[in-house]
Amino acid sequence: MSSINDNLFGLHTQALDMWQKRSEVLASNLANADTPGYLARDVDFKKALASASGTGSNLPMTITQQGQIDPQAQAAKKLAYRTPTQPSMDGNTVDTQVEQANFAANGVHYQASLSFITAQIHMLRTAITGGQG
Amino acid sequence: MSLFKIFDVAGSGMAAQSLRLNTVASNLANADSVSGTPEGAYRAKEPLFAAVQKAIGSAKSADADSAVGVQVKGVTESQADVQAHYEPGNPMADATGYVYGSNVNPIDELVNMITASRSYQNNVEAMNTTKQLMLKTLDLGK
Repeated sequence: MSSINDNLFGLHTQALDMWQKRSEVLASNLANADTPGYLARDVDFKKALASASGTGSNLPMTITQQGQIDPQAQAAKKLAYRTPTQPSMDGNTVDTQVEQANFAANGVHYQASLSFITAQIHMLRTAITGGQG
Repeated sequence: MSLFKIFDVAGSGMAAQSLRLNTVASNLANADSVSGTPEGAYRAKEPLFAAVQKAIGSAKSADADSAVGVQVKGVTESQADVQAHYEPGNPMADATGYVYGSNVNPIDELVNMITASRSYQNNVEAMNTTKQLMLKTLDLGK
């Protein structure tokens, strides 16, 4: 994301990106609910967002030279494996109910981030037009 | 937009489940088929699923981690024994008067059918939710 976006909308542009990634992972889990040996995965959202935005206790790593690995992009893609609640015979660790609940919650979070950005846009519009528009 | 990948992933899941439903239909339809030889008897078909990494529109290999679709590796045939019935009056019967039925277990097939349809529904729901989120994103700022 560009720095202009970051200044205007703060964390929410990054958060939106993360929610998108996560919904992708959860959709993959749901699609592979019957695939033997498939291991369910998820994004550690708090950790990923903290390392992407540098709001955690550690300072974020930055790129000083072209060609270096982007630590922020890497952090966003770090996936963890889910601990299965019930082991299954074929080695599949997808619990459809858990995935569905997560997917639904993820969608709501996504919408929340969208609303925050929309509210920010409204506020800026009010500031620009002086409440006339 | 990365939400588009979900359509591919959920779509592959739906395709896999509908193929599973297809094999169930063919197994149930052939549950009472008979043959004159044990080799010619109908054997229950079972699809074999595998996870497949989708690297759609991304050059980075790490990005391919997140979207994982389903691939149908092939359709295998059940190796369970076929049942021999003594029916000397059957025109299909062999010299000893036996006909060979299929090895389809209708209960297995019904359970498979219910599981496949539920999984299909899950994928449809994921797609619907994603579509709504995408439409909401298009309305951003309005």
